[in-house]
Amino acid sequence: MKNADVINHVKGTSLFIDDFPAPEGVLHIAVFDSKIACGKITKLNYDKVLSVPGVAAVITAKDIPGENQIGNIVSDETILADGEVEYIGEPIAIVAADTVENAKAAANLIEIEFDELPAVTDPREAYEKGNLIAPPQTFSDGDVEKGFAESDVVIDGRVDIGGQEHLYLETQGAMAVPSEDGKIKIYSSTQSPTAVQRAAAKVLGVPMHKIETDVLRLGGGFGGKEDQATPWAVMTALVSRLTGKPAKLILSRQDDLRMTGKRHPYSADYKIGLSRDGEILAYEATYYQNAGACADLSTAILERTLFHATNSYFIPNVKTTGISCKTNLPPNTAFRGFGGPQGMFVMETAIYKAAEKLGVPAYEIQKKNLLKENDSLYYGQKAERVQAERCWNEAAEEFNLQEKFAAVKEFNEKNNLRKKGVALMPICFGISFTSSFLNQASALVHVYTDGSVGVSTAAVEMGQGVNEKIRSVVSQTFSISQEKVKMETTNTTRVANTSPTAASSGADLNGNAALLACNNILNRLKKFAAESLKEDDPAKVEIKNEKIFYDGKETGMNWESFINDAYFNRINLASHAFYATPEVYFDRTINKGRPFAYHVYGTAIITAEVDILRGVCEIESVDVVHDFGKSINRQVDLGQVEGAVVQGIGWLTMEELVQNDEGKLLSNSLSTYKIPDIFSAPKEMNVKFLEDSENPFGPLNSKAIGEPPFMYGIGAYFAIMNAMKEYNPNADKEIRAPLTHERVLMSLKNLK
Amino acid sequence: MPKNTMQKITFILNNENIFADVKPNSTLLDFIRKKERLTGTKEVCKEGDCGACSVLIGELENGIVRYKNVTSCIYPIANAEGKHVVTIEGLNQNSLNKIQEFYVGENAAQCGFCTPGFIVSTAEYFLNNNERNVEKVYDSISGNICRCTGYGSIKRAAEKLVADVPEAPEDYGERLKFLIEKKIIPEYFLSIKDKLQNILQTKKIDADGAKGKTIVAGGTDLFVQRADEMLNEEGYFVKNFAKKFISEENGSVILSGATTFEDFFNSEIIKTAIPNIHKAFKLIASQAVRNSATLAGNIVNASPIGDMTIILLALNAKLILKGKREREIALKDFYLDYKKVDKANDEIIEKIIFEKPGRGFRFNFEKVSKRTHLDIASVNTAFAAFADDGIIRSATLSAGGIAPIPKVLEEATEFLSGKEINNALLNEVVEIANSVISPISDVRGSADYKRLLLGQLIKAHFIELFSDRLNVGEAI
Ligand code: FES
Ligand code: FES
Repeated sequence: MKNADVINHVKGTSLFIDDFPAPEGVLHIAVFDSKIACGKITKLNYDKVLSVPGVAAVITAKDIPGENQIGNIVSDETILADGEVEYIGEPIAIVAADTVENAKAAANLIEIEFDELPAVTDPREAYEKGNLIAPPQTFSDGDVEKGFAESDVVIDGRVDIGGQEHLYLETQGAMAVPSEDGKIKIYSSTQSPTAVQRAAAKVLGVPMHKIETDVLRLGGGFGGKEDQATPWAVMTALVSRLTGKPAKLILSRQDDLRMTGKRHPYSADYKIGLSRDGEILAYEATYYQNAGACADLSTAILERTLFHATNSYFIPNVKTTGISCKTNLPPNTAFRGFGGPQGMFVMETAIYKAAEKLGVPAYEIQKKNLLKENDSLYYGQKAERVQAERCWNEAAEEFNLQEKFAAVKEFNEKNNLRKKGVALMPICFGISFTSSFLNQASALVHVYTDGSVGVSTAAVEMGQGVNEKIRSVVSQTFSISQEKVKMETTNTTRVANTSPTAASSGADLNGNAALLACNNILNRLKKFAAESLKEDDPAKVEIKNEKIFYDGKETGMNWESFINDAYFNRINLASHAFYATPEVYFDRTINKGRPFAYHVYGTAIITAEVDILRGVCEIESVDVVHDFGKSINRQVDLGQVEGAVVQGIGWLTMEELVQNDEGKLLSNSLSTYKIPDIFSAPKEMNVKFLEDSENPFGPLNSKAIGEPPFMYGIGAYFAIMNAMKEYNPNADKEIRAPLTHERVLMSLKNLK
Repeated sequence: MPKNTMQKITFILNNENIFADVKPNSTLLDFIRKKERLTGTKEVCKEGDCGACSVLIGELENGIVRYKNVTSCIYPIANAEGKHVVTIEGLNQNSLNKIQEFYVGENAAQCGFCTPGFIVSTAEYFLNNNERNVEKVYDSISGNICRCTGYGSIKRAAEKLVADVPEAPEDYGERLKFLIEKKIIPEYFLSIKDKLQNILQTKKIDADGAKGKTIVAGGTDLFVQRADEMLNEEGYFVKNFAKKFISEENGSVILSGATTFEDFFNSEIIKTAIPNIHKAFKLIASQAVRNSATLAGNIVNASPIGDMTIILLALNAKLILKGKREREIALKDFYLDYKKVDKANDEIIEKIIFEKPGRGFRFNFEKVSKRTHLDIASVNTAFAAFADDGIIRSATLSAGGIAPIPKVLEEATEFLSGKEINNALLNEVVEIANSVISPISDVRGSADYKRLLLGQLIKAHFIELFSDRLNVGEAI
């Protein structure tokens, strides 16, 4: 089955915002941003700018017609700095001109002076100073003190985890086109069309119905365009509103890297208690999240860290505390995994260190403590349809784990210059927005008179294949060829109040909504078919491969003519449907509930090789058994796993965000921030689909796929560690990610 | 006010003749996307680091149009003069071409932003390789970054393509016909040769020389450093005037300054003169960048970590500079201070010369960076030595990333001559090297790390070249 999007991609005919023909008179925007990380603005003068030819407008906080506020969860984020700045890259003014070059040149003429204050970039330092985004949040179950007292071994330690740049290939961008009566249409590269609409309405001081957001596709999102596509889109609307002209803003790569937030760096303390035979009895952790200058989605992300603190394990006594620390960095934001990866990394570190202490391999502890059916997760949800042990055992068998261990052992005995290591990484990731209200979606399905179908949903296509999956759902439900089904843009006038396409839930929520809409139409069609056949039981009507059957017999009617007939008989060929995930809730007064519709499971086996002399490492193989439910599209799902794994490995190895003490990003380009290339991707990757996994919450029994496999990458860190320890058993003194070539060599030699 | 620097330019874009007035220092990418509105070519990094802007450049050489892939975001439009530029649109046919068909078959695109670049670079593989080898496809796409797929589906597409398309004729002209037949390139490619010949007949030569202008060669560094400033500057485009050659005369290897990295590594003269040089090749830039970047450019930009410079330093290369007069200078004396070189404004590095090494010659290049491929070194170093019977007769050790300039470590070099190779020598030379370097902490690593790393890489030189004389286990 050919993926419609991919056909356009390979020809270069897929359109992204910067490819759209710009309307006549379009203004280009340059953003003037803060060069200091903390301080008050004492002077802001742009007289010189206005005399530059081509300049149409300069806009600062005081020109905003509505509210200068775009904060999503907490109202703490201005669109243009008003009097003070809190990070380097914070927008202060925008300049609109006839060309990009003129706008940029003019923005350079803005004169600004600051009263500079010391910047804080370290989350623990921010915590000591009392700079918090929100009060700390604690989840607990059982009695950790009792658990530790009953443990034979208790250890504690600290972990530091770096952030990660999304590096969606398409930078942030938007274009606004004014229409009559003050209406503005915004073409945005956003995962949250409604967030853009809401923020633009607020900043412009108009009702939401004056703003239409339209999203064709994104050149990658990964969470980076969930909340942070909004400011740029709002800026285009603002210029459009104040000048009456269309306006466009595409961030340059360096602007994007400097001004937008990233995956949150964390610093954490953990304590773990185990029985002599490796049963985990108690676990306690405190997470210092580096939130950056504003809340953005940080509190929700931190909460997911807590939800995933125990990964795939059952632990009877758990207490976790999350602290969102306010620092002078761009607001950090959603990124594939949404805080889950950091939580799991700390858990895996605790197990790794405990294994060392107990003198057993970490995988023995991992395996021993895997979740079992009906185990209670520490936030109150009962684990159901658990696949943790199945995935683990199948991975061990399918990929010959024991032989792998033996081969690596032999290699290490024979080689001085190179060492290998193996690690396993089980995952358990909860599916659903943990803000339960977001678990809703709508779809609008149109069957046209020629039998072709147009589908609108709230889902945004960003490469994850959601469009192709929904197309499958629709074509399977109607039993018509996939070519007949076209996915429309995501548009707030067709589908309102969209939840962001995030939390891996795009296909689940919108696929289910589309399914409901199709069924509505199908029911009308069946009734009509029965009537036209002068039969009385619509339930006996069936459409199979575009042919109409009654009671199992062909009727001679085919889809196209049948639809045309239905139209002439005034049958409603369009349907809007709404889906809300059943049974999910979370009570924040006790931090207990059933926040997830279901969980996704899997296990990866990772083998790494380290060049001891040069301190360079490679991932040799990643072997995965993953629980996809009943996959709607195996190619799409496989691609999601492979892409996520490589991104996860990148996060923990080569992707290093470097800032100086003043909060300036030094890894500010693709020549200094490195993501995996074809040679650094694992040499071999095998993904096995777990068979017979049912999921009543997913459309056609499928499971969500976007985020969970990202966390297999955590195994790469420990595989490399294991290889390093073959040369120097003390190489793991410090657990600090990413494990760059620099850190590998320095650790091998016990240097800081 | 910027002066009017518009220049006329003539080239072929896909199947169309282009006659345009352009700022010569504007980029080919901007021309393609903004002027011609061919939007399949994407902008992602504007510094040669992602390949989303890949295009093919066809150049008439000895009656044959030869194609290579380049990153159009740092390709000065003036360098397109008289050439055939092919974008993704120029590879499209009525239905999917063979490459596209296999990418679609494997679902080897997710968000699609990187995809046209991959298709273009894969086409380059077929144009320049008659044999089928998937590793060579990976070389062709080595400069293409994808954030979505993890490369699995792309590798599968490449493997299946290579298995599907038979070997092609060795003769380049015949190969074009073969590739058309196999639906890899469209038919109009056959008409390009005549069209280019017509254009080249009318080509004019810049008589004024380099005086007062920015001298631009491949542009791969200049356009990363200062693309915006250069926009309104006049340029002197070396590549349009300088000949490219690699020759051997009286025991010396002579390279024109305009030699690209790729030409260098593919040259039989170089391959025979410098053992092991192919190992360096993969560690340096990407194929698309190597196709544009020149030796002279690498030398004159004076980056303290220029890979080619480090190699040439170890070979004791000399430069022939041409301005009003011609003069010769040893490469190691060319560097005065950080980014300062001994060169007058209008001087051009015309030739690079090194003695062709003879018997007993060993060579090794080492480089470690954050990412092993397509990255700038934390530290790089080259080692050239003559040795026999376990004795180093003479040697040169160069290193980058450890001082404001790319350097020959002279003390270490002198010390080595006449010494017997063993572990003790290794430790001593590391110590000497350590005493003469002054690395700084930056985004590519801390000073301590670079210090440690250089020592490790010096050990690596010896282990690579003389492991039989060492106790390797102790050396690391
Ligand atoms: S845009 Fe990245 S290489 Fe040209
Ligand atoms: S498909 Fe998105 S970057 Fe390659």
